[in-house]
Amino acid sequence: MASYNTVKITRQEEIAPGFYFLSFKSPFLVHQAQPGQFVYFRCSNTYDPLLPRPFSIAMVNEEKNEAAVLYQVVGRGTALLAQKKELDYLNVLGPLGRGFTLPPLGQPFQPKCCPKGLEQLKNFPQFFLRIAVVAGGVGIAPLFFLLQRLKDLPDLIIEILIGARSTKQLLLKPEIKNLSPQINLHLATDDGSCGYHGPVTEMLSTLLGADKIDLVYACGPKAMLKTVAKLLAEYNLPGEVSLEKQMGCGVGACLSCVCKTKGDKENSFRYSRVCKEGPVFPAQEIIWED
Amino acid sequence: MVAVDLTVEIAGLKLKNPVITVSGTFGFGQEYAPYVDLSRLGAITVKGLTLLPRPGNPPPRLVETPAGILNAIGLQNPGVEYFAASILPYLSQFKIPVIVNMAGETVEEYAALAAKLSELNNIAALEVNISCPNVKKGGLQFGSDPTAAAEVTRAVKNNTCLPVIVKLSPNVTRIEIIAQAVAQAGADALSLINTVLGMAIDLKERRPILGNIFGGLSGPAIKPVAIRAVWQVFEEVSLPIIGMGGIFTAQDALEFIMAGAKAIAVGTANFINPRATIDILEGIENYLRENKIEKLSDLVGVAHYKT
Repeated sequence: MASYNTVKITRQEEIAPGFYFLSFKSPFLVHQAQPGQFVYFRCSNTYDPLLPRPFSIAMVNEEKNEAAVLYQVVGRGTALLAQKKELDYLNVLGPLGRGFTLPPLGQPFQPKCCPKGLEQLKNFPQFFLRIAVVAGGVGIAPLFFLLQRLKDLPDLIIEILIGARSTKQLLLKPEIKNLSPQINLHLATDDGSCGYHGPVTEMLSTLLGADKIDLVYACGPKAMLKTVAKLLAEYNLPGEVSLEKQMGCGVGACLSCVCKTKGDKENSFRYSRVCKEGPVFPAQEIIWED
Repeated sequence: MVAVDLTVEIAGLKLKNPVITVSGTFGFGQEYAPYVDLSRLGAITVKGLTLLPRPGNPPPRLVETPAGILNAIGLQNPGVEYFAASILPYLSQFKIPVIVNMAGETVEEYAALAAKLSELNNIAALEVNISCPNVKKGGLQFGSDPTAAAEVTRAVKNNTCLPVIVKLSPNVTRIEIIAQAVAQAGADALSLINTVLGMAIDLKERRPILGNIFGGLSGPAIKPVAIRAVWQVFEEVSLPIIGMGGIFTAQDALEFIMAGAKAIAVGTANFINPRATIDILEGIENYLRENKIEKLSDLVGVAHYKT
């Protein structure tokens, strides 16, 4: 039976003001986790705050048998987590949820194993599949793990677009540069302190307009994801987005963390569980309203 | 090791131990099957069902509060047909009693749902939810009025041969009055308590956090309210009681039992510890052994005889 595992923290570092990188020993996660999946941490040993907190898996290190998360202190749970030190123990449940669908390469495209929308790549004439990975702020977390997996796949051209408020919040920049020479890094800041001065989605729009992208993965603030989904619809391209939502049980039982998705009939909707059907969804399945 | 007797009988329903799940906190069992050997549970109470599928309330549906959570799910469920075809067969494999929590907007809907559920095999009992605070129609409006509560209970009883457990709301002035009314209407057992009506405000947005405005409070914060309700109803009504409301440990469960509950149900604790039901079961067993109590039933309501 699966359950919470007690793991030892190997690194806890404030990599930017209010943003922390936390790694811990977990051979299990290293072998089981898929990019886009999350872990559930018990940040408190008391009843207050009560609920565990979900964090996307940001990185796995097979040599060290470590997994890592990247988080921003936003409330009481993350504030308590930030107080934990190296060699402290942490209770972890996971991996949970549905992660990103990796592009099926090195073989003829199989529509069945593709995420919704990827079928249209079936007759893709080019040799290379061109992927844009779009991150907003701390949304880089699951995408870094995704990049760790993508970089080993053949025949890809990867454009990574990262947006943040200012240069200090451009997280994991050196780590991304070290990942692979195959990855082209594009930066954007709201205050113009680094890279493109403006929203990261404007850079994406330019790339899409120049017909340079076949597939998009994104994670970040809701407004950013909504724009990404709109652009994908405009250019009729497939893509997946990872959502964030406050969770109750984390395993699909309580129906607290739902988001509106398209139903079976036209103009119908259903509430899908971000912890179970997500946190990664095909961009076109989400109804962006609230 | 000394064997202890954990068996419980509620309304003719024989449970091998007193640990049940709270409706709405355990899905349909599937979600927790990777974490809990479901066959070890005394019984499973599934997510509240309605005649037709319900989409549920708009999000946000959850707020964390001091030692508790407020939820306003709004009875999202796939409807009774889907339950019968796709979920009940799955649950049957665990050979534990399946208690179906049922809700409706009208008395007629409760009656029709009871009739439909009674045609199915492998359902052990019905738990009638007359206390959901999170739906516009039905729910709490039945649970807060003795006449309406009795009417719903009678409608369900007239349409089923299954034991009928009525789940009561703490959001009333005198819960024992409602308990008496449903007892007279033929209820076979009582579940105490549903969530406590509450609310939270978002300071930044200056508006209610929950999409439904109000929500139901659960978790450790409501345990004393629940124990008080069990105590009061035990004094006034002779029906067996399933105690619930903030049970996180075996000690919590034993408090409910000593207050008068024959069985207990674990709800919000599942979110924090998916193994909570099993941990609580083992804890109760250990308590009996350590205190040389042969039968759990000897503890039911004992606190009443010491006042």
